[in-house]
Amino acid sequence: MLILDCPCCGVRGEETEFHSGGEAHLKRFGPGSSDDDFHGYLFEKVNPKGVHFERWRHVNGCGKWFHAARCTMTLEVFGTYSAQTLEPPQEIKDKITAKRPGWSWREFS
Amino acid sequence: MSTRLATGGRLLDKSRTLDFSFNGKQLKGVEGDTLASALLANDQMLVGRSFKYHRPRGIVASGGEEPNALVGLGEDGKFEPNQRVTTTELFDGLTCTSQNHWPSLEFDVGILNSKLFARFLPAGFYYKMFIHPRPLWKHVYEPFIRQSAGLGKAPRDRDQDSYEHFYAFYDVVVIGGGVAGLQAAKAAGQAGAKVLLMEQDPHWGGRAPVDGGTIDGQDPQAFVDATLDELKSMDNVTLRIRMMGAGVYDHGYVLGYERVNDHAPSAKGPRHRLWRIRAGQIVTATGAIERPLSFAGNDIPGVMLASAVRDYAVNYGVSIGDRTVVVTNNDDAYLTAITLKEAGLEVPAILDARASGGGALADRARDMGIRVETGKGIASVKGGKRVEGVAICAQAGEGAVLEEIKCDAVAMSGGWSPVVHLWSHCGGKLIWDEAEAMFRPDPEKAPTGDTGEGFVIAAGAANGMFALGEALTDAQSAGEAAAKATGHKGKSGTAPKGEAPSYAAIQPVWMMPQGANIKLRMKAWLDFQNDVKVSDIQLAAREGFESVEHAKRYTTLGMATDQGKLSNINGLAILSDALGQAIPQTGTTTFRPPYTPISLSSIAGNAIGDTFQPIRKTPMHDWHEENGAHWEPVGAWRRPYTFQKSGESVEDAVIREIKQTRESLGLLDASTLGKIIVKGPDAGRFMDMLYTNMMSTLKPGRCRYGLMCGENGFLSDDGVVARIDEETFLCHTTTGGADSIHAHMEEWLQTEWWDWKVYTANVTEQYAQIGVAGPKSRKVLEKLTNDDVSAEALSFMGWTEITVAGIPARVFRISFAGELSFELSVPASHGRALWDALMEAGAEFGVTPYGTEAMHVMRAEKGFIMIGDETDGTVIPQDLMMHWAISKKKEDYLGKRAQEREHMADPNRWKLVGLETTDGSVLPDGAYAVADGTNANGQRNLQGRVTSTYYSPTLDRGIAMGLVHNGPDRMGEVLDFPKVDGTIVKAKIVDQVFFDKDGEKQNV
Amino acid sequence: MKRYSAFAVAREALRNHMGWERAWASPEPKKKYDVIIVGAGGHGLATAYYLGKNFGITNVAILEKGWLGGGNTGRNTTIIRSNYLQDPSAAIYEKSRSLYETLSQDLNYNVMYSPRGVIMLAQTEHEVRGYKRTAHANALQGVSTEFISPQRVKEIVPIINLDGPRYPVLGGLWQARAGTARHDAVAWGFARACSAMGMDIIQKCEVTGVSRDGDKVTGVTTNRGDIACDKLGIVVAGNSGHLADMAGFRLPIESVSLQALVSEPIKPCMDCVVMANTVHGYMSQSDKGEMVIGGGTDGFNSYTQRGSFHHIEETVRALVETFPMVARLKMLRQWGGIVDITGDRSPILSKTPVDGVFINSGWGTGGFKATPGSGWGFAELIAKGHSPLCDEFSLTRFKEGRFIDESVAAGVAH
Repeated sequence: MLILDCPCCGVRGEETEFHSGGEAHLKRFGPGSSDDDFHGYLFEKVNPKGVHFERWRHVNGCGKWFHAARCTMTLEVFGTYSAQTLEPPQEIKDKITAKRPGWSWREFS
Repeated sequence: MSTRLATGGRLLDKSRTLDFSFNGKQLKGVEGDTLASALLANDQMLVGRSFKYHRPRGIVASGGEEPNALVGLGEDGKFEPNQRVTTTELFDGLTCTSQNHWPSLEFDVGILNSKLFARFLPAGFYYKMFIHPRPLWKHVYEPFIRQSAGLGKAPRDRDQDSYEHFYAFYDVVVIGGGVAGLQAAKAAGQAGAKVLLMEQDPHWGGRAPVDGGTIDGQDPQAFVDATLDELKSMDNVTLRIRMMGAGVYDHGYVLGYERVNDHAPSAKGPRHRLWRIRAGQIVTATGAIERPLSFAGNDIPGVMLASAVRDYAVNYGVSIGDRTVVVTNNDDAYLTAITLKEAGLEVPAILDARASGGGALADRARDMGIRVETGKGIASVKGGKRVEGVAICAQAGEGAVLEEIKCDAVAMSGGWSPVVHLWSHCGGKLIWDEAEAMFRPDPEKAPTGDTGEGFVIAAGAANGMFALGEALTDAQSAGEAAAKATGHKGKSGTAPKGEAPSYAAIQPVWMMPQGANIKLRMKAWLDFQNDVKVSDIQLAAREGFESVEHAKRYTTLGMATDQGKLSNINGLAILSDALGQAIPQTGTTTFRPPYTPISLSSIAGNAIGDTFQPIRKTPMHDWHEENGAHWEPVGAWRRPYTFQKSGESVEDAVIREIKQTRESLGLLDASTLGKIIVKGPDAGRFMDMLYTNMMSTLKPGRCRYGLMCGENGFLSDDGVVARIDEETFLCHTTTGGADSIHAHMEEWLQTEWWDWKVYTANVTEQYAQIGVAGPKSRKVLEKLTNDDVSAEALSFMGWTEITVAGIPARVFRISFAGELSFELSVPASHGRALWDALMEAGAEFGVTPYGTEAMHVMRAEKGFIMIGDETDGTVIPQDLMMHWAISKKKEDYLGKRAQEREHMADPNRWKLVGLETTDGSVLPDGAYAVADGTNANGQRNLQGRVTSTYYSPTLDRGIAMGLVHNGPDRMGEVLDFPKVDGTIVKAKIVDQVFFDKDGEKQNV
Repeated sequence: MKRYSAFAVAREALRNHMGWERAWASPEPKKKYDVIIVGAGGHGLATAYYLGKNFGITNVAILEKGWLGGGNTGRNTTIIRSNYLQDPSAAIYEKSRSLYETLSQDLNYNVMYSPRGVIMLAQTEHEVRGYKRTAHANALQGVSTEFISPQRVKEIVPIINLDGPRYPVLGGLWQARAGTARHDAVAWGFARACSAMGMDIIQKCEVTGVSRDGDKVTGVTTNRGDIACDKLGIVVAGNSGHLADMAGFRLPIESVSLQALVSEPIKPCMDCVVMANTVHGYMSQSDKGEMVIGGGTDGFNSYTQRGSFHHIEETVRALVETFPMVARLKMLRQWGGIVDITGDRSPILSKTPVDGVFINSGWGTGGFKATPGSGWGFAELIAKGHSPLCDEFSLTRFKEGRFIDESVAAGVAH
């Protein structure tokens, strides 16, 4: 039973308030893209054991989507941040580095 | 025999006698009894039969760890199987029956399993037997095994009690109300934390008042009382008895199981209350559980844990026997001997397996004149349904009998195991403490929460701190640490000084005697309920079931209703010994919630029956209910499938509704359709991405039917879009799609195109919507409005605002039935008024309300697709020949790239056509068209399937739509559709529009 | 290998069961094998068994990082059925179900296959149509199912509540020869048979890397040394992505936690499996008498083997609604497993971009029932390079848009 902080409305809520939306920082590939790129975008998820960046929606709250950095092995939440960004905030990356030295996830580390 | 003593019974109010019955026998107990103590007071030691061998089973413990004494409690809608007598408080009028025997508890035919067949039924025997002949497993062996297992009877009736859920939030939750829990709660409370302290029993104080010693020089009970008074006076502390910490879950979630009224079944209020608690920190002060010793005959009724014997004497004034032999490997059991002796009972001997014997308590026992034998153990227990005596042997030997002692009870102690369940539920790790021969929490490896920090602290005996003084100090620091971790820096007091006689070291004894021969090992029980013996674990090890999980699953050790509280440690010690490895190398099985079983009712709470999933209702719901609606569940709604008149069948009602609508006038409650506003300067751009159609070119005042796909290309929803103004679109979705499509829009807006200036709002429930369909629809509308609704003023696929029956409305010239049709949308609060007005005004035209089935049939007659029928998540718009709805001009829309993939762009797909049976019958729902031959897996080749099929009253014949391989190129071909029984229905491929192909009826 | 029989048990009883030999050997790894299977769960062991039995390939090692059968094989709700809608699914699940029929005899190990029947309740008109469609499909696939009336449902399951109040039972899809088996025994039976064929089952052997020569696999590195092989089969539910990563490719898979629970044991009261997909609950009764209840999946990626309690609440509510008598039972134990969910929720049995590496994964919430069929097909794929049972379940189908979507028939975890 996770607890998450919604970075949009500031509410600290439990899992039942939120809806998980899978991997974050997806780069959309539309018409004109290669089969490999499109396949990678739609299906090939990182699915890591450890640090993961993922999307959540505060569905029974403010309704806003946001991103969370979370460990899939311990469920530790390193931080949540706005979904309207292309990469995790440095502050959260630093926090992860302090706790999980040498981590990496897609192009981030 | 077991009986009530004249003295003792600190928890009893002997002035109040309670009547109860056991297997129909009327018995008496007193206020304060548990069902166990009351049964024992009536010399009812035999209370059940074991799972496999149906051996006689007596009460062995005094708490939640009891494996044997389970009864069927209560009757009818209050019947509950497998209720532990040790944790059932006696109440007046209680009725219970013993379990798992036939024909009676005293004489059980199943005992043959034990007497004759036990040697043929070792661990895992069923894996090796019953293999031939094959059908006998299902029809003979398995039913027999199932019938002889299973314990309690199945309840038959609906639960008559009520249950509820609580949400609660605390800084510190302390689980366990013994002296450690009380002290930890006090320390945390004094520091300023908001604290919940729960205790599963109806009494505070745990074992300390039974075991004695002093706290700050006083009797432990005085400490308990004083501390309770202090805690009660603290506003930031909540106290709850009869509440068990059932489970610890991620991020500080604790499940509290409060048995509110189990002890007072006629009282008002819920029977159980499930607390769903968020805790900053959890202190587990859950105590410890005594381990049995593994000697031959340790399962015979009358053999009991030493601490339980003591509990029954002190708490309930009940003696288990007149002559009790105490057998132990530690000092604690001496307390039992001393207690019994002080109560005037005989203790013929204390058999101490330790060659060096005990400490201060041993000296005291000797001083009291009790015979103490060191280095000795029990070779075997004599007796059948009751202990009659014990044979003594040297612990170091192989079981040669030195002496036999007559006795009617045996009090055994194999040492204590901290209750580490709650610590472990969420990943807390354990370490093996060699000196104390126990697993205890590893403070370095606590379960971690959302911050990555530990959130559970074990305290007192649960932390392996058994000595009174140690336990209190440990609890104080646990309480302080928990408060500090939750940001409370107030000053706590200091731990009180606890004093009790010091214990000599325990000596691990996993088998008694240590060299017990196979005959003895086959009689030495580990798991009393599931009949797992020392020899079974050794067999498992010999056969290669070396992992502790393998051994558990192969022998069923620890899988009974007590989940191995008494058996697990002994079992894994035997396994370790058999494998020649250290106990920590073997490890434990996984601890899973709940700590002891909790009622499914309490988990369901009050969201059952009418509140299970509340029904969403349109403003016209009550009218439908009053006018013969035959309901159909659709998503969270109920929609009228049809409106039955008295004496009319469902089928006839549907036919009547269709005919009346096609001939004159019908009304459909379309309020459940999704209605979503999309608004903003970039709304057009956004709509073009959502829909396969070009929506940005739609003119205000006009409607357009649109299709939506997911990014994976499959058709997900459809509906009519109306452009309200330059910046505003109103999107209609399917009933089931309203919420998900709105979420879909928000997801794309917020996570991909967040720079686009668009807002969305789901206004589904803000509007009531009524479809007015049929040749007379304009006439009825004109009766109710002064606005112009002529074909010129409001053409097909147009919309406008009018006032109808005095109500401001939007009217859409759209049609799903293929008739002249208007959809009226009014504020929800006016929905019923408009419905009534339309019914009244329509009376002269023979108006009928119609339901979902008539709607389905009429749309099928027109060849319109239905999401969920023509689509199933595997269909793309191109399959449905809806190329006209897929914009060629747009560079992009959701799903466009996916539809370019090899298989989806393949022209050779199954495509939508109409189907007409050659004999006019109705094609079966879901039938497939077969092709010649079979595929590589021997399955019949297919070339199509039915997606919608109905009897059309308009055409008086069966009509259907289906997806057929290259169907549109094969008009006129006849296909074979086998029924489930293999008979063939032949159907011809035809145009999917069966009725009014040119749309003349809707376009007037 | 000594045969198991009632006679053998009786003979052993006379010597106090001291003569039983190990069910499977515990060898040291050799330097090289023809085939290495990573993962000694049911599917991995079944694959090895059929490699030996059907193709004579016995120079096989099955590597297991923990204890055999310790993953989802030992954590599922033991349901076996093959009433699937789509042809490729029905083919492999029916093959599996038919293998279960004689598995005890084939393995000389009683896996307690109990064809007690499975009912999937139809509680909306939409489900009625969906299950009628499945019944038609099944008839053509050689899978025996029928759509039955509510009255017939009640006859088969007397404890059911037909009348809602929320969702009335409108009928059900009944597969009489579906049922349950003892999950652990399936793994143990296969393990014993593999060991008897001379295969090496190596427990506590964790694969830490996959060795390649260019695009060709050459072996694995493990905590017990390097082991060479010609072919490598990865069958590690819950760790598929991790192993694929080692081999150098990525899977269309996400791993989530799936929960289940059992009640305390009671005398027999339900002699079939009932699945109620509208309310998201399903239940059967084990031979021990426990009601075995399947729960839902957590929505987020997790490798914790435990789940969130609200899913348990939802499941229990659905069951109290469907079977009112369960309200008076108690939950004995709840647990979780890690399931690999693919893009279309159907499994992957496929070659991979690495020559010689084969992947068997993505069974989601329903892998146990497929155990022998999956092993049968995957063994053929490894031995011959293709298999009719596996060909449609290729890794490339997502790129081609060739999905095998069963959500039409059963949109719920099971």
